[in-house]
Amino acid sequence: MRKQTWVCAHKAKGEWTDLTDSSRMLSSATCPDPAPGLAEPLLQVAGVVVRFGGIVALGGVSFDVGAGQICGLIGPNGSGKTTLFNCISGIYRPGRGEVRLEGRSLQAVSRHRIVDLGIGRTFQNVALFRSMSVRENMLAGAHHLGHTGFVANALRLPAVRREARSAQGRLDQLLDLLRLREVADTPVGSLPFGTQKRVEMARALIGQPKLLLLDEPAGGLNHSEVDELEGLMRRIRAEFDLSILLVEHHMNLVMRVSDKVVALELGMKIADGTPDQVQNDPQVIRAYLGEPVAAQPAQAAHV
Amino acid sequence: MRILLPLASVLLVIAAAALAFVASDYRLFQLTMVVVYAVAILGLALVTGFNGQISLGHGAFYAVGAYVTAILMSLYDVPYWATLPVSAVVCAVIGFLIGLPALRLGGLYLALTTFALAVATPQLLKYKLFEGWTGGVQGLTLDKPDPPFGLQINADQWLYLFTLGVGVVLFILAGNLVRGRIGLAMRAIRDHPLAAEATGIDVALFKTRTFAVSAMFTGIAGSLGAIAVGFVAPDSFTVLLSITLFVGLVVGGVASIAGPVFGGVFIAFLPNVAEEISKAAPGAVYGVVLIAFMYLLPSGVAGGLGRLLRRAA
Repeated sequence: MRKQTWVCAHKAKGEWTDLTDSSRMLSSATCPDPAPGLAEPLLQVAGVVVRFGGIVALGGVSFDVGAGQICGLIGPNGSGKTTLFNCISGIYRPGRGEVRLEGRSLQAVSRHRIVDLGIGRTFQNVALFRSMSVRENMLAGAHHLGHTGFVANALRLPAVRREARSAQGRLDQLLDLLRLREVADTPVGSLPFGTQKRVEMARALIGQPKLLLLDEPAGGLNHSEVDELEGLMRRIRAEFDLSILLVEHHMNLVMRVSDKVVALELGMKIADGTPDQVQNDPQVIRAYLGEPVAAQPAQAAHV
Repeated sequence: MRILLPLASVLLVIAAAALAFVASDYRLFQLTMVVVYAVAILGLALVTGFNGQISLGHGAFYAVGAYVTAILMSLYDVPYWATLPVSAVVCAVIGFLIGLPALRLGGLYLALTTFALAVATPQLLKYKLFEGWTGGVQGLTLDKPDPPFGLQINADQWLYLFTLGVGVVLFILAGNLVRGRIGLAMRAIRDHPLAAEATGIDVALFKTRTFAVSAMFTGIAGSLGAIAVGFVAPDSFTVLLSITLFVGLVVGGVASIAGPVFGGVFIAFLPNVAEEISKAAPGAVYGVVLIAFMYLLPSGVAGGLGRLLRRAA
């Protein structure tokens, strides 16, 4: 239902012009280079193939995310968005193709080293450390910035205190930015879902990522919270100088906040371009609504 | 709160030390065993409470610590205090080695594997090949250490103060460990291993090292226990010991540094109390008290006290 409203909204604004002609001109091949003339893009997804048994979850997906970009990743359920996310964050290894960050392949990087290279993420269903407080969750997110080991910590050597102090500044900044100060010492398990999502974002941000992966940040949020999220993403990008790759079903949000949008269907990229280009792409429209001539939108639209 | 807790701990330690000069020798032996058990449970708390790796076999590390000390003292005339670091290293290495296969075993499977370790321990200690060291079924007898520096106290008083001193140091080290970066990583792995990895925590490394540290603590407790009892034999380290330590952990409060102290008091005194209540069926009394504890304080004594303090604050 939600997708239908999105399409209709744009139809009403007159952006829904001729389905057949104008959108063909903006086919997925004409995606603009994210940073023309500049150095290589921050993230390169190059021909990534992932198979689970006989099922092809991703059938050779390629796209780039430039430095400072917000890139939306859309597609119906089962199109491979989360699989792609898990490839970028090292949980899955692509069978073929590779993911590169700043030109460096992530193929041989172990999972816990991904964050060192500058990729932070949130999870679709919130994966917090439930028994720990908001503050502790965030400090755990700064783990990879520290180096002290068991012995230094047991003896509480000066280096341990130094590390604790250096994490404190960023912790304070994020507590304010994400409005978490009042619940800083509350165990996260007892917080409302929307707040937990902000904690997860704070935990990812304290690790100083260059690329932030957000897996359905708007899921389960109400209208005003979604608006707040949009502002938050812009602020985060500006203040922390990072790129955001966003998987989201909330089309309005994706189209408003993204610099570019990549659409997947059944493990293949079907469109890649500016929000305007992608939402007018005939393949995207078909993926979400079914064949326009068939006039059976309810069948293919998914919620 | 931040000042109150350390202050209370310091007062508690001073009070505990003062007991050396008022309690009878038998009571002092019991109090020594409270400290020994508290340290053993502290080790278990690190790996099970803070890191989420269930071990039903920590009695095995306790036994190894006890035997390292006993062998060094009785066969090689090493002074009792010098056996502690050796025992710590030996137990840490064994703990690390057992932590490696533990990586592949989650939850209940790990619990059963460690349980098997506890079952096998007494038999391994009786094994003919090791008899020259372990004394076989007979075990080894140790001399009670004398007070040093010409202190005017008896051997029981000294033993209690020595054990208390080592225990306090170990509790401080463990407290430091769990409140900093390492403790956060240990708990993060317990709560959500996948998210822990995504935040840059090397799960395998932390799990094996935590196992090693845990075994080290419990091993040192075994050493202290051997010195206090003055005797080691295979049948002191049956599977019941491992279960008793686990009971102490749960009763005291699983993920807590103070919890093991209560757990130590519980497992050191409850058998005697149960015997006083019913000579015929102390086991039944023990069981009933245990069930009552779990019913009234599901998060252990430390958890219950914590809630009480928060409500008061």
